[in-house]
Amino acid sequence: MGTLLEVQDLRVRFHTTEGVVHAVNGISYSMQEGETVALVGESGCGKSVSMMSILRLIPCPPGEVAEGRALFGQRDLLQLEEAELERIRGGQIGMVFQDPMTSLNPVLTIGRQITETLRAHTSSDGASARTRTLELLDMVGLPAAEERLQDYPHQFSGGMRQRAMIAMALACSPKLLIADEPTTALDVTIQAQIVELALQLRERLGMAIIWITHDLGVVAGLADRVLVMYAGYLVEEAPVLELFSRPWHPYTLSLLAALPRVDRPRSSRLKPIPGAPPNLLAEAHGCPFAPRCGFVMNRCRAENPPLVEIEAGRKLACWANVETGQPR
Amino acid sequence: MSVSADPLVRVEGLKKHFPIQRGVIIQRTVGHVRAVDGISFDIAPGETLGLVGESGCGKTTAGRTILGLYPPSGGEVWIEGVAVREAEGEAMRRLRRRTQMIFQDPYASLNPRWTVGSIVGEPLRVHQLRPRGSARTERVKELLALVGLSPRYVNRFPHEFSGGQRQRIGIARALASEPAFVVCDEPISALDVSIQAQIVNLLEDLQDRLGLTYLFIAHDLAMVRHLCDRVAVMYLGIMVELAGRDELYENPLHPYTQALLSAVPIPDPELDRRRRRTILSGDVPSPINTPSGCRFHPRCPIAKEQCARLVPEWRQVGPGHWVACHEVEPKTLPSV
Amino acid sequence: MDTAAGLTLPRLEELEAPPLSLAQLFWRRFRRHRMALAGAVTLALLTLYSLGGSLFLTEAFANFTQTALRLQAPSASHPFGTDTIGRDILARTIYGGQISLLIGLAAMLVELVIGVGVGALAGYYGKVIDSLLMRITEAWLNIPALFLLLIMAKSFGGRIPDVQLLGRSFSGSVVAIILIIGLTSWMYLARIVRAEFLSLKEQDFVLAARATGTSDLSIILQHILPNSVAPIVVAATLSVGNAILTESYISFLGLGVQPPTATWGNMLEGAHGYIEQAPWLWIFPGTLILLTVLSINFIGDGLRDALDPRSRAI
Repeated sequence: MGTLLEVQDLRVRFHTTEGVVHAVNGISYSMQEGETVALVGESGCGKSVSMMSILRLIPCPPGEVAEGRALFGQRDLLQLEEAELERIRGGQIGMVFQDPMTSLNPVLTIGRQITETLRAHTSSDGASARTRTLELLDMVGLPAAEERLQDYPHQFSGGMRQRAMIAMALACSPKLLIADEPTTALDVTIQAQIVELALQLRERLGMAIIWITHDLGVVAGLADRVLVMYAGYLVEEAPVLELFSRPWHPYTLSLLAALPRVDRPRSSRLKPIPGAPPNLLAEAHGCPFAPRCGFVMNRCRAENPPLVEIEAGRKLACWANVETGQPR
Repeated sequence: MSVSADPLVRVEGLKKHFPIQRGVIIQRTVGHVRAVDGISFDIAPGETLGLVGESGCGKTTAGRTILGLYPPSGGEVWIEGVAVREAEGEAMRRLRRRTQMIFQDPYASLNPRWTVGSIVGEPLRVHQLRPRGSARTERVKELLALVGLSPRYVNRFPHEFSGGQRQRIGIARALASEPAFVVCDEPISALDVSIQAQIVNLLEDLQDRLGLTYLFIAHDLAMVRHLCDRVAVMYLGIMVELAGRDELYENPLHPYTQALLSAVPIPDPELDRRRRRTILSGDVPSPINTPSGCRFHPRCPIAKEQCARLVPEWRQVGPGHWVACHEVEPKTLPSV
Repeated sequence: MDTAAGLTLPRLEELEAPPLSLAQLFWRRFRRHRMALAGAVTLALLTLYSLGGSLFLTEAFANFTQTALRLQAPSASHPFGTDTIGRDILARTIYGGQISLLIGLAAMLVELVIGVGVGALAGYYGKVIDSLLMRITEAWLNIPALFLLLIMAKSFGGRIPDVQLLGRSFSGSVVAIILIIGLTSWMYLARIVRAEFLSLKEQDFVLAARATGTSDLSIILQHILPNSVAPIVVAATLSVGNAILTESYISFLGLGVQPPTATWGNMLEGAHGYIEQAPWLWIFPGTLILLTVLSINFIGDGLRDALDPRSRAI
């Protein structure tokens, strides 16, 4: 299994009239073929922005990819010609977004949108595109696919639209599927259906998935590896079992402690993280989590810890050791 | 009905239907959205009752109708012994003082043109609880401090605050009239996870200090388990199950409750991947054309022939545990 | 500092500092619209011209006829020339400006009161009241404006007494024109206000006010109205320009303010028949009308951008 995607030192800024927003601050990671990586963080942490900027879907200006490379195969997505990039987007990389109503064209039928994608990226003619479309709709569990071809997005429910989006994303059998909060706006029973679908498709098609979310429960059920982001920085990277059983970054630790559990009786008060996420307009001094960290030391306020590999497969950006309470 | 000596809130057979109108010149009513179609429960003083369900189940409409913000289409609500539907004049004013609501959207629930001080002080003004001037300002500052905001913020505007802070402002406003009963309509859904816990703890603390009674409307089942004493599950306008907190989560009887609980992801990879999940087929149907018989029967994994014909009875099947399902047998009822 | 509830207060620095009041936000945005600023400056100058000019030339002079000097081209003694009966055009544009601007402003106020009143009640209460008020509004809209203007001008044109204001006597026909224009233009504002109210009354903060027990009148005036200020201000601003133009049309038909009182509009009417021979008769008042209405429109554009709550950039 080779390396599918390698992101190196990605930095993204936004130039607003209030100042420069440092949305992504030098994140680096790599992804193997066939694996499922969850990119986790709360609103404003940069998880969506980092992915969208890799795919060059951020308007620049006011956005700006200040630095970094995103190697897909051996090619840097950030440097490719627009035409070449368009071939990859939709072709080798499929995308599913949070709000299918705005990602699907409301004036085209579902059938038409999928066949168009097929014809743009593959050499299918009308008939084979239609066959493939029906196959896809069936694969994503949309009943009565023949009739669905003629439907418009507004005739679908939220869950169905998301399935249609997934069908579109999978049309050209991409190697990588990027899903940006695909179930956040869905009811929990529908979310379960979509997650189940994703698991089945992954089994069947062997594609790699990047799943962006803030919901640690969904992460637990889906991911092989987890990347935790905070204030535009990557603060922890670990295999999923490790992350949940032995979280190393104080933010990850606090986040898990702040979550109520549906499967356990209430034990005590929730332990919230005090304070609020930082203002991304301000220049960062030291670790961005320091003001809210229970393990903070003087060094944290002065120097921002770099992301280092502590063990095979586990990276951490922190000066403290949360298991002992001492400096690492 | 569930037993409580003198419940603070009593809801019986509450219905709220919205007419659907068609026609350009002359409007005809062609149908109804039966958002709430007959729910009944009591809430004891000091209790937190959770009302859960997915989109379209009617829980938000129920909360608003209970407070009389929408006139009911059927049924009755009594708050502190007063029938909400008939309250007028002085009784209505008292009702508005003794009940309050916290809203879901921290960005829409505060008037963007008003200062924080005016927003929080409005109930004081409307109910003449403090005369204008320093007495009112002092009380507003007290309320802000109570919810964890600096009193210096009285002259700021909502757009200067984060979502979590705005929710606190909304809570301070709700407390200003010293209510007994607060309907919390998804108060944390729009907030980041790390802030949700702050607000939930705040709500709990306030309940302890001020003796509040809550109706907590939510779709986050984990949070509801943490916060509520009893939980009612709604589906398509009706209640399908009601039980004490741990009883509902450990022994869910209605197939919808079971599916709902199994769909909630657990932040523990080993547990989450090991457990058996009931994945429901199909989508949540619309409250315009409700299915015949048991409303859940089209999606129910154990539906039988009679479920499509007969509406199941709402009955007690255990101590404090009520279900509406043909397939659930009541255990021998204890003497209540 | 800990509160009684045992929570740590968020630090003040967490608020995006410095706090900008809504007025400051508005001014910053308005400033960036150059045409709007140009319009504002121009309008200010025109107002200064009309008000300040009366310090130098009297109204009597504006109405002073000297038939011997009729139709004289601009010269040193009469910089804008003279009209068909020898009156100085410069002076007439000054006093005419006062009337035209007054008509614009006053008509706008009439429209504002009626339009906002009707729109707010229709939008807030809905159902029967809405239907009734909207049918009335539509009825007014569907009557051709010209007919309304003519009928109203005929019916009470001559019957309103003169008014004393700020040391100047205004003939009754000025009040009549103000009423006529106001009463025929409020419908547009009513629709806008109704639309705002219809959407705003569903907002959570309005529901919160109802849950608090706030009275309907309070909700309309203190909650919803302040939030609909943006489209109202824009519409009101544009209606000033519209009123000035309407006055010109009415005057051109001979139904407007009666001579000897000058308005820019009736000066245009006076140029009828001498368009080529004596262009100074219409160029000056015409240009003034043009500048005024253009400035107002640019200001309106700037206001629309500055007050738009959807734009998050400052």
